[in-house]
Amino acid sequence: MAEVKVGAVLVVGGGVAGIQAALDLADSGFKVYLLDQSPSIGGVMARLDKTFPTNDCSMCILAPKLVATGRHPNINLITKGELIELNGKAGNFEARVRKQSRYINESKCNGCGLCAQKCPIEAVDTFNENLSSRSAIYVDYPQAVPLKFTIDREKCIGCRTCQEICKTKAIEYDQQDSETVLKIGSIILAPGFEPFDATQKSEYGYGRYLNVVTSLEFERILSASGPYGGLVLRSSDGEIPKKIAFIQCVGSRDAQIGNNYCSAACCMYGIKEAIIAKEHVPIKLSCSIFYIDIRSYGKEFDDYYSRAQEEYNIRFVRSRPARITEDPRTNNLYLHYVEDGDPRIEEFDMVVLSIGMQAPKNVETLAKVLGIQLNGYNFCQTSVFSPVETSKPGIFVCGAFAAPKDIPESVAQASGAAAKAIAVIASERGKEIVEKEYKPERDVSQEEPRIGVFVCHCGINIGGVVNVLEVVEYVKKLSNVAYAEANLYTCSQDTQGIIRERIEEHDLNRVIVASCTPRTHEPLFRETVQEAGLNPYLFEMVNIRDQCSWVHMHQPKEATGKAKELVRSVIAKARLLKPLKKPIIKVTPIGLVLGGGVSGMTAALELAKQGFEIHLVEREKRLGGHLRQIRYMLEGRNPAEYLALLIEEVMKNKKIRIHLNAEVTEVNGFVGNFKSKISYDNGEEKEVENGIVIIATGATEYKPVEYLYGKSSGVMTQRELEEKLAEGEFKAETVVMIQCIGARTEAQPNCARICCGEALKNALKIKEIYPETEVYVLYKDMRSYGFKEDYYREASAKGVLFINYTDDKKPKVTNKNGKLEITFWEPIINEEITLEPDVIALSVATIPNPDNKRTAEMVKVPLTKDGFFLEAHMKLRPVDFQTDGIFLCGMAHSPKFVDESLAQACAAAARAGTIICKKTLEMEGAIAHVDENFCGGCRICENLCPYRAIEMKEKDGEVTAHIIEALCKGCGICGAACPTKAITMGHFTNEEIMAQVKATLLEEVKA
Amino acid sequence: MNEKGNFEPKIVGFLCNWCAYAGADLAGVSRIQYAPNIRIIRVMCSGRVDPVFILEAFKDGADAVLVAGCHLPSDCHYINGNYKAQARVALLKKVLENFGIEPERLRLEWVSASEGDKFANIMNDMVEQIKRLGPNPMKKDGGKIS
Repeated sequence: MAEVKVGAVLVVGGGVAGIQAALDLADSGFKVYLLDQSPSIGGVMARLDKTFPTNDCSMCILAPKLVATGRHPNINLITKGELIELNGKAGNFEARVRKQSRYINESKCNGCGLCAQKCPIEAVDTFNENLSSRSAIYVDYPQAVPLKFTIDREKCIGCRTCQEICKTKAIEYDQQDSETVLKIGSIILAPGFEPFDATQKSEYGYGRYLNVVTSLEFERILSASGPYGGLVLRSSDGEIPKKIAFIQCVGSRDAQIGNNYCSAACCMYGIKEAIIAKEHVPIKLSCSIFYIDIRSYGKEFDDYYSRAQEEYNIRFVRSRPARITEDPRTNNLYLHYVEDGDPRIEEFDMVVLSIGMQAPKNVETLAKVLGIQLNGYNFCQTSVFSPVETSKPGIFVCGAFAAPKDIPESVAQASGAAAKAIAVIASERGKEIVEKEYKPERDVSQEEPRIGVFVCHCGINIGGVVNVLEVVEYVKKLSNVAYAEANLYTCSQDTQGIIRERIEEHDLNRVIVASCTPRTHEPLFRETVQEAGLNPYLFEMVNIRDQCSWVHMHQPKEATGKAKELVRSVIAKARLLKPLKKPIIKVTPIGLVLGGGVSGMTAALELAKQGFEIHLVEREKRLGGHLRQIRYMLEGRNPAEYLALLIEEVMKNKKIRIHLNAEVTEVNGFVGNFKSKISYDNGEEKEVENGIVIIATGATEYKPVEYLYGKSSGVMTQRELEEKLAEGEFKAETVVMIQCIGARTEAQPNCARICCGEALKNALKIKEIYPETEVYVLYKDMRSYGFKEDYYREASAKGVLFINYTDDKKPKVTNKNGKLEITFWEPIINEEITLEPDVIALSVATIPNPDNKRTAEMVKVPLTKDGFFLEAHMKLRPVDFQTDGIFLCGMAHSPKFVDESLAQACAAAARAGTIICKKTLEMEGAIAHVDENFCGGCRICENLCPYRAIEMKEKDGEVTAHIIEALCKGCGICGAACPTKAITMGHFTNEEIMAQVKATLLEEVKA
Repeated sequence: MNEKGNFEPKIVGFLCNWCAYAGADLAGVSRIQYAPNIRIIRVMCSGRVDPVFILEAFKDGADAVLVAGCHLPSDCHYINGNYKAQARVALLKKVLENFGIEPERLRLEWVSASEGDKFANIMNDMVEQIKRLGPNPMKKDGGKIS
């Protein structure tokens, strides 16, 4: 009997990783259950103020993903939920889920928030890290998804005020916890992390001293929507601090408390918080960061670190403070630390503890329920060649639960886990999902505008301030308004029915809802009018809640007047609205992967497992790339064995066409419809059609010119040393390794990420085979982030000596009569040391593939100033490009370890899969159009378009602009610049906006 | 009405959908009270704002115009539309001056989705500033448009 599989996935944890995995799965045609313990999704990212290294507003970039998740027809959110039992096996699990009661009927609550305003109880706001208060009935944050309130029963006194005030009768005091059983094929774990409890480090006085705060509390303090509205204030007296210290590694790299590992993100967020604090504080603020090593190892992170020092004058002190004491009169803090061998005491107004990440609470219970293994620190056990797989088939992991990590890596891993989860159930694609069908669209092109206006009371949220009936009466008098009414809640299910009926009864061909914000509610109403046979672009919205009643609460007359004018202006626009077609483009379900290294092979294989044909193009005569030269792994696995298995699997897969000794020389077209040319070394050429492109062309190694490399046989790269070790050709009594060769220099300012790990690997290997050999590592910062810190610790324990050097005191290497000599400064004993090593191993940087420029121009994607490929968004779209249909993974993105390349390769496959799994793609309807009769061919628009969506075409000797519909995103930048107004921006036409401006300012003059 | 400080200015605001409009929404959700003088027109990107829209607003009697988008350098949802808005507004201010309209009446601001308070402050600040400046000089005859 054929195995029964289920095309649904359970994602445990609704932080940014869980959200990304859920979206990728749902967009690939699988049903998703997204389970979160909290009342709303968003996780830790929702609490952050800004994100490094771009200083983007965290909520601005997360909110669209929250909304997309909440609205996705194939994502079922289960909030306040917990997994309590799991049966079955990969492909067919049964998960029992308990859902805690929120004492609110979720289907009735519309998030209007009236209850919270009337609630008499004050409780501490845990979302704001207990720094402010909220009511006993609450949502975590204003943009929360789902926007459903919760009663905090520990605080609620049962006064029933909310029950009386709630117009939708959503309050259910006696609601019980419930249980459901979900049938799923695979599971992704993304439960995130638990912030370290800083009270455990009692020497820092957290919890006793008011002005010692954690980094997470400081995020909320920095946030404009935080407890102090974005002002940096001290908790003790509400004063603005003038001098802040940040202490790194609180709860990380700390054997005393058992967290030996590095939390991987704190150095960067510490720098970020210092920068943002300086931006937020109007007076001169001094920020000092106390650190062991600055681990800014990510893409362009060292640039950020440099800016912090040079532009923001942030002071960096290499010291781990011993303790903090407080001046009880001023609540100022004294930091006790040692710098350059001298004990010091320094006074600060405020201290921020950069707290580390710990495994999530109650994770042992979860591991037991699932039957998965945890590592020694209670994080999920994974292995270097299967970074997103747990010990149990069919269960995958991503985000901080796999190891402490930052947001972009969590997001990449999440997509990677989605690819793995899909591979288990690829045959079941599309079987558990719903696709909506609409009735045929009514042709309104010959009709006079007949506008229907629905004005919402929103309980009393609008109606309590704005005179809604007066607005209704006013708009009824305006021309083309065929119908107007007021609703208690225009968004409620029954009102959707009413709107559809009114469209029929009154032959309405334009619909306006005056209520809240289109950013959350426009999709709902568009769907309603579509159900009634109207084109969705014949709908418009007016925001009279956020722009009238809520911001002019004490000026009802002005608020009502403003509401009338706003509706009047949108009516003027609505008269001119035109139905728009969403362009449908067909998709070629074939992938093209550039590069046959471990990343390219993995991406190709994951897509092939989903059933897609793949062209895998490799320049060399065999597959394998960079991993071929690696003889050992830091984690002790055998890379050659793994590589051989992977190559065999790729070669055996019938869906993968391998093109060796070949390069892709042309890529034309756009998402879903590329035409590419593969050129072989023997001069042959081949044209292929493909729907997506994945760039996995890797990177290369820096060729050192420093430290007598190439001039003295004892000086070699780490790779060459590794080779000697593996071949038994190594012989040395003393080895000195020098870090940061070709990285963190003026020419290549950023960290090459993997060299510290490579040095540790070889140092440990030497100590394993030749314990008597002395090994010295000269470093700037040891960047053994995450669990790699264990190897740093192990190397130290085995006698490897780590000595810090700085750019102004670089080591000196000389060759004296065939004998190598190295001189370096030893900062602890404060003396110069000279050694005569047999081997000097240079930890050389991984640098961009020199071909990147050509490849980037060919596929029209950007590079960073360092020369690596630049993704669509450094934080949330780590493997996408701004150009749809083109993806990125592995070292072409930036230097990284094999496990990180593998996760990214799976991620690129998952993201690419969301496109080629569809027969057709529906593009945005509100895009630009060119009227050729008016186009003068000036090319202004072509140059302005950020998406290269405009091409110039010649016809009868005249050059005119053409919009490539599949590439246009509808920003309208071209329309604003067109000197002949030949470009029309759909749904935001010049005529529409001009009419809106006029009607905003001028009363309608009836003819 | 032409007396300075004694009139209620009319302000037209072109707000980008992704940041500034979201910031105005947050002001609402956070119940931050501000002067009721602005009429918001939503556009997808501040780069969509054609100078013609702004001129039309002044012609129709707006006392001030606000263009608000995503923060520089990289918050723009459309990569770099905010830079285009910046360039256009800078140029247009010069044009306005030639028309006898004080360039302060046209304002460009960056407001993120988490800056509800900033949006409200801008509103209050603009209203005060324009009250000091008096009505749009293109308006003749006691505030009515000729």
